[in-house]
Amino acid sequence: MKSTTDIAKSIRSVCMALIAVTVLAIGSIATPAAAQTTSPDVATEAQSTDLNTGFWSQIRKGATGNVSIPDKNAGVLIQSEGDTAYRAFRNGPLKLYSTYGLLAILFLLSLYFLLRGRIKIDHGRSGITMERFNGLERFAHWLMAGSFVILALSGLNMMFGRYVLMPVIGKETFAFITLWGKYLHNYLSFAFMLGVALAFILWVVHNFPNRHDLVWLLKGGGLFTKGSHPPAKKFNAGQKLLFWSVVILTISVSLSGIALMFPFETAFMAKTFAALNAIGFDLPTSVSAIQEQQLNQIWHAIVGVLFIIIILGHIYIGSVGMEGAFDAMGSGEVDTNWAREHHSLWVEEMEQKAKSAPAAGSASQPAE
Amino acid sequence: MARMKFLCDAERCIECNACVTACKNEHEVPWGVNRRRVVTINDGKPGERSISVACMHCSDAPCMAVCPVDCFYQSAEGVVLHNKDLCIGCGYCFYACPFGAPQFPQVGNFGSRGKMDKCTFCAGGPEEANSDTEFKKYGRNRLAEGKLPLCAEMCATKALLAGDGDQVANIYRERVVGRGFGSGAWGWGKAYPGSGS
Repeated sequence: MKSTTDIAKSIRSVCMALIAVTVLAIGSIATPAAAQTTSPDVATEAQSTDLNTGFWSQIRKGATGNVSIPDKNAGVLIQSEGDTAYRAFRNGPLKLYSTYGLLAILFLLSLYFLLRGRIKIDHGRSGITMERFNGLERFAHWLMAGSFVILALSGLNMMFGRYVLMPVIGKETFAFITLWGKYLHNYLSFAFMLGVALAFILWVVHNFPNRHDLVWLLKGGGLFTKGSHPPAKKFNAGQKLLFWSVVILTISVSLSGIALMFPFETAFMAKTFAALNAIGFDLPTSVSAIQEQQLNQIWHAIVGVLFIIIILGHIYIGSVGMEGAFDAMGSGEVDTNWAREHHSLWVEEMEQKAKSAPAAGSASQPAE
Repeated sequence: MARMKFLCDAERCIECNACVTACKNEHEVPWGVNRRRVVTINDGKPGERSISVACMHCSDAPCMAVCPVDCFYQSAEGVVLHNKDLCIGCGYCFYACPFGAPQFPQVGNFGSRGKMDKCTFCAGGPEEANSDTEFKKYGRNRLAEGKLPLCAEMCATKALLAGDGDQVANIYRERVVGRGFGSGAWGWGKAYPGSGS
């Protein structure tokens, strides 16, 4: 915003200078000539010192004219938002707070690891395992996870690579990597969406809130108390929060991503603003095609960074943070002691099921 | 060294589009890419004005600031140029540019915008001046030949001025004095803040 006022000031001084020169020159010439030149001139409002109402100020505010080329958006002479909003926000607060956010989660996770250490299986491993996630579930998870890691890295590279990676590996190598990052980002986004859609179908039934979730949340999931294991079904409240976060963030990041992939063809921001205005917000009602792109890019980055922050926490607890947790998505078979500690109600359910269908165990040994 | 600038005198531009045609022909730009365009405000109404616009080669160029691969550079003469070997075609420069200068050839399906193309002030690119590769990627390098941009050179009414910013400003100032009115140096406040001329 600072630059806008600076520019306004400089335009004003340019105009004042021009007017001063004009007045002086006219004064020095004979009066009839001055009478001629000062006769009312149609539609040139430039001599007006009030730039807020002038013709040129309208252009500065994005007045649209006609062009003879097919792209009618080209009729906009100046779109100041590209500089004063998009660039200012992207290179300013967006970059700054994204950095803070990412560093904060890494710091918090490291701090948690130092204080709490790895969460052990309190009763040790029993050596007996039970199936937690079947092949299809693990496929959905790793389809999401694999594509997410590449999407996240290539996305972070778009925002921070120029400052972090480029000085280290050189411009040419960096541009090559970033170009391939862009291709991967564009194409793998569909794999990711598919993975999330599949996971949604597979797990949504297990992710509706129940009364145990409140207890789990009140006890902080036992994360901050050794030996505390609030009961949970297949998914505890933390996992349910993650599930719904992933679903919502995926929808949001996908829509803005599609807008970036198919530029100038969508109006997600205008529609979102209209919907928000209906519930009492006061957002702009008309969003130009280029503003759509600017806002979608900004929003895509915000949601992306938020997503990465959440997933970093998920990766931590699923790997180094907890003994036995990785097996659930690794082999799909978890130790029964781990399962009893973290998903007590789910284990009971499974045992009930096994009892009601006792033949299942022997049936799994196929008679050739 | 001279600071190169464009100035379009809206009191003189007659929307003949010769600058657009000259540019397309000189640089052999592909279909759909418009390095320069003419915009008519109040078309068909009293107070109609036309303005020829291309990259203004801003002092503090937003495109340079947002480029993820830092492919832009500014020559000693203030001309904003870019390296197509580095460009990844993300489109961010177009979102940031106040003047709508960056252009993207469509090279395939979604997401595969080609390398960005824009007005070079007839100053080519990073390759050897007027080499074949430079011409193919960026067009003619007239500055290296001691010539000014063809769009302005071809302008029949001399509405479009290109060259040393101080001289351009002087010519424009003389015009304004001569005719007794002017319309302000269009776009200068945005492109060259604090230039004082």
